[in-house]
Amino acid sequence: MLARAVFVGFRTTNSFQWTKRLLSVTSQVFQSSSKDDAKGEKVPFPGATLSYFTNKMQFIQSIDPIPTYRVMDREGKILDPSQEPQVSEEFSLKIYQNMLTLNIMDLILYEAQRQGRISFYMTNYGEEACIGSAAALDNNDVIFGQYREAGVLLYRGFGLDEFMNQCYSNEQDNGKGRQMPVHYGSKELNFQTISSPLATQIPQAAGAAYALKRSSQKNCVMCYFGEGAASEGDFHAALNIAATMTCPVIFFCRNNGFAISTPALEQYKGDGIASRGIGYGIDTIRVDGNDVWAVFNATRTARQLAADENRPVLIEAMTYRIGHHSTSDNSLAYRSKTEVEYWKRLDNPIIRFRKWLENKNWWNEEEENKFRTEIRKEILKSFSRAEKLQKPSLTELFNDVYDRPTPNLIAQKQELKRLIEEYPENYKLNKFKNEGKDL
Amino acid sequence: MNGNLPRNGLRKLFGSVERVVGLSSSSSILGVKNTRINGVGNLVAFGGVGVAGLKSLAGSQRRQYSTPAEEKMTVRDALNQALEEELIADERVFLLGEEVGQYNGAYKVSKGLLDKFGPKRIIDTPITEAGFAGLAVGAALAGLRPICEFMTFNFAMQAIDHIINSAAKLHYMAGGTVQCPIVFRGPNGYAASVGAQHSQDYASWYGSIPGLKAAIRDPNPVVFLENELQYGVSFPISAEVLSKDFQLPIGKAKIIREGKDVTLVAHSRPLNFCLEAAEKLQAEDGISAEIINLRSIRPLDVDTIVASVKKTNHLVSVESGFPFFGLGSELSALIMESEAFDYLDAPVERVTGADVPTPYAFNLEALAFPTVDTIQWGTEAQLGNSLRCLDTTTWKKIIFLLAVALMQSVDKKGYPSLVHALMEVAYFNW
Repeated sequence: MLARAVFVGFRTTNSFQWTKRLLSVTSQVFQSSSKDDAKGEKVPFPGATLSYFTNKMQFIQSIDPIPTYRVMDREGKILDPSQEPQVSEEFSLKIYQNMLTLNIMDLILYEAQRQGRISFYMTNYGEEACIGSAAALDNNDVIFGQYREAGVLLYRGFGLDEFMNQCYSNEQDNGKGRQMPVHYGSKELNFQTISSPLATQIPQAAGAAYALKRSSQKNCVMCYFGEGAASEGDFHAALNIAATMTCPVIFFCRNNGFAISTPALEQYKGDGIASRGIGYGIDTIRVDGNDVWAVFNATRTARQLAADENRPVLIEAMTYRIGHHSTSDNSLAYRSKTEVEYWKRLDNPIIRFRKWLENKNWWNEEEENKFRTEIRKEILKSFSRAEKLQKPSLTELFNDVYDRPTPNLIAQKQELKRLIEEYPENYKLNKFKNEGKDL
Repeated sequence: MNGNLPRNGLRKLFGSVERVVGLSSSSSILGVKNTRINGVGNLVAFGGVGVAGLKSLAGSQRRQYSTPAEEKMTVRDALNQALEEELIADERVFLLGEEVGQYNGAYKVSKGLLDKFGPKRIIDTPITEAGFAGLAVGAALAGLRPICEFMTFNFAMQAIDHIINSAAKLHYMAGGTVQCPIVFRGPNGYAASVGAQHSQDYASWYGSIPGLKAAIRDPNPVVFLENELQYGVSFPISAEVLSKDFQLPIGKAKIIREGKDVTLVAHSRPLNFCLEAAEKLQAEDGISAEIINLRSIRPLDVDTIVASVKKTNHLVSVESGFPFFGLGSELSALIMESEAFDYLDAPVERVTGADVPTPYAFNLEALAFPTVDTIQWGTEAQLGNSLRCLDTTTWKKIIFLLAVALMQSVDKKGYPSLVHALMEVAYFNW
């Protein structure tokens, strides 16, 4: 605060300009301040131009809770036919099959971590309906994820091999083995590489959206984060800056009830994350995050607001994290097994969507079993392929710190080459692509 | 080591040892123009020295520059011109920060740019460093070339996660598939009685991060450290520097004064003081000081420093940052690890800001940073520490000790060993 005050002192030279600016704002307010009999007299203050004077002293503790939009009930039944999306069988099945694939891939990779074959993993159990949001986007819309958005990537076309290669940090990993498992990224699919520091993707998404807006491309940015990340300053910074700079970005909060062990009720006191969007002057909706079509409809409309009208949008998708936070967490330490079982059985997004498909006669038990068996086989095949691949080339040790290696990095590389040539028996070169020959 | 300045009498009593003294002000930015915005991660520290900075290298006013001076320009105008040239040259370049538009920047560095380029390219932001720095990183990832102005680098701490964990690392973390061409710039270091929280020099903070560079057209992220006190200082500037395509090489230091007895290494504002101190050293002590303007903190031009030390055999590092883990510490270590170590006739001397929260009081603040005097004293102390500058009394002492050592070695070993004796003298703490 002191700093701001200090700098005010330097402003004298331009005070005239400032005065002019203030005057113009004030005069606009005065021009529009007519008396509205229903509401009373409008205030002239520049900081709240829509407010009215009142004689009643009232502290506002809450407004009406924001409703949660849904299309289907838990039985997959459409509640209001006008809200049922007009989509093809093929389109619906793609979403559903992605949800199943994600679920089975999670099972296999989670087990692989338990067996010590990969170092870490994060499952998407319970949040599979998030794929509905990916289905509502254009492939040129840029995605910034947090870490639990494998389903979105799957829908975009990220191959099973690519998932496996990343988790195994092998020579075909897009990230060259530099990050823990699940830090996926794909330039071709416009999916920014997952970055561990929490919530930094939120203001960055606003920046990417600003770039899109400048390019006049009718696309938007989709930014995923959890309700825990929304407690970081970055979230607030991002919403405010996206609103003031009118960035075409969709902020998609996966409110799954837990930030590792911290339950949402201890994470914040207001009406969820959605109420904050309204405070920042952003179009906001809360949806049932276990209802694929609610997620899909809301995202589709949000996309129009963002891409066509350059308006940031906030979607709060309410769901429940059925899995542990990650393989480094045991959630039974802070929640009961009964509670988890309840969600798994009674409000499972996959089951709900399957019921909708079966009502349409687009899916049945036999197809379900067949698909599950086949995809499991495919995932396992891809898994063992990835396990057998070599690690990235040793040259990658020195790349990408800068666009080109700096002199000290080049010197280090030459030193490594010399050491390897002198003491080849001390280096397990066959583990690495090119076996050190490209140094 | 503390911020107290060794006074004249005292300095003779204490021989070498590093002396952390504060500096105060002087130099400039150099280099800005060079900095064109391309990049992904550089940390450059231009600090305050002169104008030329932006565009040229700069140096500083008086004294000999190798660049012939044909015109004078303030650091502020040089920055402004460099920004304008970059905005004209590349549509993707845009400037954002608090009050950079309508208000022309807290220090008027962006004066007139809003009128010339409009609100799409010159963006006033809310007071949210994490927000606009994060936005700038996202825009850079999406192909633009943002220049992100911090009202001062003291405020950039709000956004340091974006600078260090995002801008500097994303190229690497994403396997080289994305670039983050961005420039973070703003005044750095102490100003004029603005208190401990607004007087810090962040050169060593950013300088320690792989992935950052310090300057603009580079395709890596760049941190560009300016100096508030230098904005209004004018420096001579050549026609070459004024040309649109002039760029300073990042990672190349510049010898701004040739000398043969001692090497002074500095950047930004303290360079001015070094130049002045060098004149006094020449006039009063006959010491010929060579001065190196680092210009970029990372990459650091170690070769130029090593070559100079091999010539002068003495090194004094001058900076306005804190002594602990500072630039001077790093320079000392680098010299010890290089072949220049064998050429040193005395331990490296550090002249730094005092190891205290920067005082608000003007008089105390003046004592907390390097000045012409402290640089001069530090240099004299460092030269007084080498055999070359020993006076007659000292020589007499050495001869006496040599004789004693010789006798002792005869006692111990049974025969006189000159080498052994010399070694004992060498271990004596002068």
